Amino acid sequence: MSDLNLDRLRQQLGEVADPEIPVVSIADLGVLRAVEVHGDQLTITITPTYSGCPAMEHIADRVKMIGESHGFATTVNTVFEPAWTSDWMTETARQALEQYGIAPPRTIGEVAVELAPLRCPRCHSPNLAKITDFGSTACKALYRCESCLEPFDHFKEI
Amino acid sequence: MSIVTYLLRIADDNMVVGQRLSELISRMPELELDIAVANIALDHIGQARHLYAYAGEQEGVGRDEDALAMARNERQYLNAVLVEQPNGDFAHTMARQFFFDAYQVPLYEALSGSADSTLAGIAAKAVKEARYHRDHSSAWIARLGGGTEESHQRMQAGIGAMWPFTADLFVADGIDEELAAIGVAADLVGVRQAFEGHVNDTFASAGLSLPEDPYQRLGGRDGFHTEHLGHLLAEMQRLYLAHPGAQW
Repeated sequence: MSDLNLDRLRQQLGEVADPEIPVVSIADLGVLRAVEVHGDQLTITITPTYSGCPAMEHIADRVKMIGESHGFATTVNTVFEPAWTSDWMTETARQALEQYGIAPPRTIGEVAVELAPLRCPRCHSPNLAKITDFGSTACKALYRCESCLEPFDHFKEI
Repeated sequence: MSIVTYLLRIADDNMVVGQRLSELISRMPELELDIAVANIALDHIGQARHLYAYAGEQEGVGRDEDALAMARNERQYLNAVLVEQPNGDFAHTMARQFFFDAYQVPLYEALSGSADSTLAGIAAKAVKEARYHRDHSSAWIARLGGGTEESHQRMQAGIGAMWPFTADLFVADGIDEELAAIGVAADLVGVRQAFEGHVNDTFASAGLSLPEDPYQRLGGRDGFHTEHLGHLLAEMQRLYLAHPGAQW
């Protein structure tokens, strides 16, 4: 396979969207860890955001299908080490989340420091109330903006 | 093999508590709590799946995660007796979850440094989830304990009902010792200290106390369960046993 086609394959794999948050791709989320080609063998490595994330099987099926459509015998590996952290999410993904109405995760960093204040994805007010730590998917908490009164999801720091 | 038994004990804790919490979906007192209980159940079942898959791989006789979860009987299940206790009222459920979370956070913290890198990876992932669970259950213990006379009394009753099953979490046998010696297993003495520290701090802030009766029911790690596990497994495993190998 030419380098050009390989680049195209990598791009297609990276563009697979999270089925639960379709505005972010698995590359921008940091879920796609590695793409390796040996002859006609393709190995794709992914890591789950949460242990019980139901999107993982869908993502594994999607990337396998893309690999096979390029003529590769495709294996999808799921790894846990190093454990996924929301810090791996790219700036592109964070902006896309906010535009979509989900407050993106704040950076945790290597050393424990206080997190930056959260803001409402609609009106950017910092005046918020947490409703519950467990929202519509495993990765989200539910908040309400006390300024514009809209409820919104927050992609949790983990 | 010791490692298989060790993995199954941790996996079974997660599977059973995940099943218990699943029973409450659509029955919690508030929508937010209902969503929370579903999320927490999902985390536990997810952790169980990864541990079962790895146990099956280590065992090497072709049992996959479904076979391990669905085709072992009550005597073969190795969970601690705490997690199989029935949900009872909301305070009972929260007491069970609180004790279990207070155990799981330090357990997974210790296992994140395990010499077995696959187990360490599963634990490093799971510990982040367990901390959210512990925040949630601790907040409810404090809220009910420091709430009205009725909520305080019911929280205290929930603690009284669940406490006699907590020591089973910390029973260490030859398998733990063998695997701890090579850096694979967690040191349960340290886990217990962290557990007690968190329980005492939370209870002190909520004006709650531990029962004085020293009775503790042990045996789960060897497959000796209370009457409740058999009923739970009968419901959970019914479909798989009626249609072996079914995928859904």
